[in-house]
Amino acid sequence: MRRRWFEWTLATRLLREGRTQTLLIITGIAVGVAVIVFLTALIGGLQRQIIERTLGTQAHIRISAPEDVARPLREEGEAVLLSRIDQRAQRLRSVDQWQRLEQALAEFPEVTAISPLVSGPALARRGEASRAVVLMGIDPERYTRIVPVPDFLVEGRWRIVGNDIAIGRQLAEDLGARLGDRLRLDTGDGRSEVFTVVAVFELGARDLDARFVYMAMKPAQGLLGLPGGATSIDLRVREIFAAEAVAQRIAGRLGIRAESWMTLNSNILDALAAQSMSTNLIKVFVGLSVAFAIASVLAVSVVQRGREIGILRAMGTGRGQVLRIFLIQGALVGLLGAALGSLMGGGLLGLWELLGLARSGRGAFSLLVTPSLFFGATVLATVVGMLAAMAPARRAARLDPVEAMRGG
Amino acid sequence: MAADPVLRLEGVHKRYNLGLPSEVEVLHGIDLELRRGEFAALIGPSGSGKTTLLNLLGQLDSPTAGEIHLLGQPTRQLDDARRTRLRGEAIGFVFQFHHLLPAFSALENVMMPRMAREGWPTPALVAEAKELLDAVGLGALAARRPMELSGGQQQRVAIVRALMARPALLLADEPTGNLDTRTADEVFALLRRLHAERGFAVLVVTHDPRLAERCDRIIELVDGRIVRDGPRRPSPVVLGT
Repeated sequence: MRRRWFEWTLATRLLREGRTQTLLIITGIAVGVAVIVFLTALIGGLQRQIIERTLGTQAHIRISAPEDVARPLREEGEAVLLSRIDQRAQRLRSVDQWQRLEQALAEFPEVTAISPLVSGPALARRGEASRAVVLMGIDPERYTRIVPVPDFLVEGRWRIVGNDIAIGRQLAEDLGARLGDRLRLDTGDGRSEVFTVVAVFELGARDLDARFVYMAMKPAQGLLGLPGGATSIDLRVREIFAAEAVAQRIAGRLGIRAESWMTLNSNILDALAAQSMSTNLIKVFVGLSVAFAIASVLAVSVVQRGREIGILRAMGTGRGQVLRIFLIQGALVGLLGAALGSLMGGGLLGLWELLGLARSGRGAFSLLVTPSLFFGATVLATVVGMLAAMAPARRAARLDPVEAMRGG
Repeated sequence: MAADPVLRLEGVHKRYNLGLPSEVEVLHGIDLELRRGEFAALIGPSGSGKTTLLNLLGQLDSPTAGEIHLLGQPTRQLDDARRTRLRGEAIGFVFQFHHLLPAFSALENVMMPRMAREGWPTPALVAEAKELLDAVGLGALAARRPMELSGGQQQRVAIVRALMARPALLLADEPTGNLDTRTADEVFALLRRLHAERGFAVLVVTHDPRLAERCDRIIELVDGRIVRDGPRRPSPVVLGT
């Protein structure tokens, strides 16, 4: 540090002397950093909310029975000139030996929760009203580790035994059902039973709230004609964005059909990726404009300080020292601008929260504010400041002292 | 016994625009020696090559041909880093315009050459700078910025700054050219006093015949050649425009 005292002193004094220029450039950087901080927190919060909503109501990975596929019959040596293969109608099928599969799945270290599920279509009736629903036969305790339904309860208790069911608020409204009311669930083929509503939930997705009916596995297996069966096994993994890789590994190792939330929601991921790309582009352009602003101010400074640089060189100041004087100036304005910008960005975020802009309406979300956001922006602005100072600093270092003093 | 040569030039040529149709030779084989304790003036008309020669002597430029020995060391082949170091250690500059750094106090300006070398204002360095400022009557103004000083005071600070590096050679380019006659006399007297006290070699580049006549030796340059080199004459000389 002692060795660099000379350069630091020169750099800070030169910045202080050109006060107006310095303040202008620091303000410019601060505005850029504030935009980056605010935008990152806003988009981050929005994306987190989208992912949480998506994953709040579904498993990270779903293991299901393979689909029925139509295969053309062909005799040996006989050519098929033309064929049309119709898709087979998919019947409800149980995953083969799902209990043994559960044990195999538990050996994957990334898997944190496993819950079997038997689900299928049914018709819910109450009086004159009827609605098409999806039966979700679950082990209530295990299933909550996949989807925390109790967190979404608006009425009743999450205690589903025997012929108890939990229904969505929309379905309750459609059927005019309340806690303790009885509904008939009909799956066709003469299979129907009466159930008691013990809980009403609101997952936040209208379709799910109008169709999902949670019940214990056993009655669901009976209604769907799959005694002892499970149509799928839901999994939760440690790292949500590793779900696809884990699913592929499970499918490869166990030879079963495993689909991650990322495959099932590829449209959402594509939208998030596009959003991230546009956000990053904005950040890059803001960063570039900040860099050019720093470079132009320092380039002007080199011209203005030509005579001083010349005399410093004449007195024995090395090119490296002159280079560092200007690099330090770039880094310092970057750092100070980032500090001010972080404050401005933090203030904007606070104002956003205060005005409740993020909490009003159904699309409510909270901003994603982390210390790393400010730290990252500060490091970025400092590095950008130094890089932007590189060209003017090199120019200053290359100045011929004779020419520089004559120019002054 | 003669003192050690601080500076020795052997057949120094300087050409500009090498290889171009406009190539021009400004200095034509300069031989010159300056010894420790000498106080010399370099005079000559405009365009005679004084500034070019000064830049070569000050290691701010290098000759096209010939050799310059500074403190016995040949300098023509030195790279920029070594040349800069040698310049900082061996040569002090005083210019017509003081070239003080406006963002720094007089004291800080004085310490600047040594801080560039040592990186840090040690207590010993601060004490030495204050002592030098006291010696030229500016001790009380050490904390002032250059713009708060008069022209004469600024030039005295510039002289002290040049001496802080304890140079063997002080190059002064029209050191009083920007001052009124009375102040110029004071500054020149100061230069002579410090020279007498410290014994470094001085080369003053000047247009001013009065000033040149107060130096011990006069070197006259005309069209890139030394046409006169000897002790001052009692009668005034006619100098170039």
